[in-house]
Amino acid sequence: MTTQSSAKLKKWLTRLTPSGRCAILAVPYFWLFLFFLMPFFIVFKISFAEAVIAIPPYTQLMTMAEEQVQILLNLGNYAYLIEDSLYISSYLQSVRIASISTLLCLVIGFPMAWAIVHSSPANRNILLMLIILPSWTSFLIRVYAWIGILKNNGFLNNILMYTGIIDEPLRILHTDTAVYIGIVYTYLPFMILPLYTALMRVDYSLVEAARDLGASTTTVLLKVLLPLTKAGIIAGSMLVFIPAVGEFVIPELLGGPDSILIGKILWQEFFNNRDWPVAAAVASVMLLLLMVPIMFFYRYQKREMEAG
Amino acid sequence: MNKASLKLTIASLLTASAMNLQAAEEKVLNVYNWSDYIAEDTIAQFEAETGIKVVYDVFDSNEVLEAKILSGSTGFDLVVPTSDFLARQVQAGAFIKLDKTKLTNYSNLDAKIMDMLDDTADPGNQYAVPYLWGTTGLGYNVNKVKEVLGEDAPTNSWDLVFKPENMEKLQKCGVAFLNAPTELFAAALHYVGKDPNSVDPNDYKDTGEAYQLLKAVRPYVTYFHSSQYINDLANGDICVAIGWSGDVLQASDRAAEADNGVEVEYVIPQEGALAWFDLMAIPADAPHKDNAHKFINFLLQPKVISEISNYVWYANPTPASKEFIDPEIIEHPGIYPSDETLAKLYGAKVTPAKVSRTLTRSWTKFLQN
Repeated sequence: MTTQSSAKLKKWLTRLTPSGRCAILAVPYFWLFLFFLMPFFIVFKISFAEAVIAIPPYTQLMTMAEEQVQILLNLGNYAYLIEDSLYISSYLQSVRIASISTLLCLVIGFPMAWAIVHSSPANRNILLMLIILPSWTSFLIRVYAWIGILKNNGFLNNILMYTGIIDEPLRILHTDTAVYIGIVYTYLPFMILPLYTALMRVDYSLVEAARDLGASTTTVLLKVLLPLTKAGIIAGSMLVFIPAVGEFVIPELLGGPDSILIGKILWQEFFNNRDWPVAAAVASVMLLLLMVPIMFFYRYQKREMEAG
Repeated sequence: MNKASLKLTIASLLTASAMNLQAAEEKVLNVYNWSDYIAEDTIAQFEAETGIKVVYDVFDSNEVLEAKILSGSTGFDLVVPTSDFLARQVQAGAFIKLDKTKLTNYSNLDAKIMDMLDDTADPGNQYAVPYLWGTTGLGYNVNKVKEVLGEDAPTNSWDLVFKPENMEKLQKCGVAFLNAPTELFAAALHYVGKDPNSVDPNDYKDTGEAYQLLKAVRPYVTYFHSSQYINDLANGDICVAIGWSGDVLQASDRAAEADNGVEVEYVIPQEGALAWFDLMAIPADAPHKDNAHKFINFLLQPKVISEISNYVWYANPTPASKEFIDPEIIEHPGIYPSDETLAKLYGAKVTPAKVSRTLTRSWTKFLQN
């Protein structure tokens, strides 16, 4: 064997064996495969089955009949979601509540992030800490605390009644208002942190320049700050919107009986109707629905990266 | 055979027998029961008596239990579903038949209750033994209801919550309904004179009488929830609840303890109410079936079960336990009803899948309006 051919072989081998870069990239892909794709396919598979009284409570898609594998796909579950207006209206209600909450988070979070960025470095760390600190206690306990604050006989109403601002207790608990309060409170840190990062990176000589050229505060905000922090706004909004759409615990504990969000519908299909296939179909459609904003975000980010 | 190899043989024999013992049954029992549903020292007593370590876990809705059972391989050795849920789970093949030779205290059970279960949830009494039972009736704040509706408030009748004119006044002090669609529909159907276990989907549709009845009082209901009313009744945050007997009475007990001037009472309405039985059953894949039998047998002792009734305010199916039960419980017509009231109670049956879907759908629509 000549040295030339052995060198060729070596080259060929190195091309076949995965490089370090591939190995590192493989880890997140493997993670996604194991914890996202696999569970999703299991759910997706169930959405084509039919409910039966058995363990597990749905039919198998693949059956052996006369030594042949038969696959039966039942599309009825998806048709059912369209037939009954309940599903569409609860998807819409979920999207509405999530959008309004996201907007509220943005309106409240932006000034807060701004204030943190513009405080002294020592205070900045303390303020950031205060944003993160509540998440050290259980999320469930914090939502229960809101029940104590908002209920008729609760903290807020007692204070308002004591000071004579109101005569009759305000009904906040078990209304949509309580749901908004709960969601905004819970997800606000997820909005503030990306906004903080984005606001930190802004080159403030641009703001000064705008000021020098006579721009009003509103103009500075709309024409300079918002465009410069767009990435942070989008990232924060995604982090709030996506979990808020599928939120179950907050509307269940704080919301009224009329807040039938998609999380609740899923629960009902799964637990009250024992219809796992329809529940799986609801979940699959929800994922597809959420894919739209995620794809939008992804494409935006890619464009930004290419531009930058 | 030399000494060393003899030693080895003995050692291996010993380990083998130890392993045999372990195969017979590890001294562990995994119990899955309702929350707040056992006396404080029942488990400790059982552990001391048998040396079996109990891992005790709780749930607060039949639906949650059922989802676990239907997923298979729960790891639980003993579960406590309500009668109509158990019936469906038996159909799915979730439980083993009980070995009654291991249940030496089986004869302590009330024959009347066993006959009723034989008729409804568990034909032949093969799969389950009742644990406790109760009713779905009315809990109310005695003083507040008087204040709002006057001295002759219909507190012993479903009129209290099903007549809009009463509800309109009661909404001021707060009314809670259970978020248990099957039980609420059963109550409504019974009130309008229909079969509470109707299998006709039309009875559950929004055009049906039961739905119309519920809808008329819907605007005055403060919330629908299956456990929050215990606290709220006790604190005086609400004044009327459709609730479970023992839960309402626990609220009454808490209010008395807090001495906050709230007096809560439970009543089985004179028209009749739903009686439900929570049944102990052993999952087909339970790892410690022997221990589960031992635990059931333990709970069938009159003294043991009487302590549980004394603690949770629910009636038990063991007549011999009555002598150990506190007088205020045994004499309470809401816990141990008179024969006249007993005759008016009705049980729940399994609803066909189509009916339960119609029912859930109507319930959702009802809540949204």
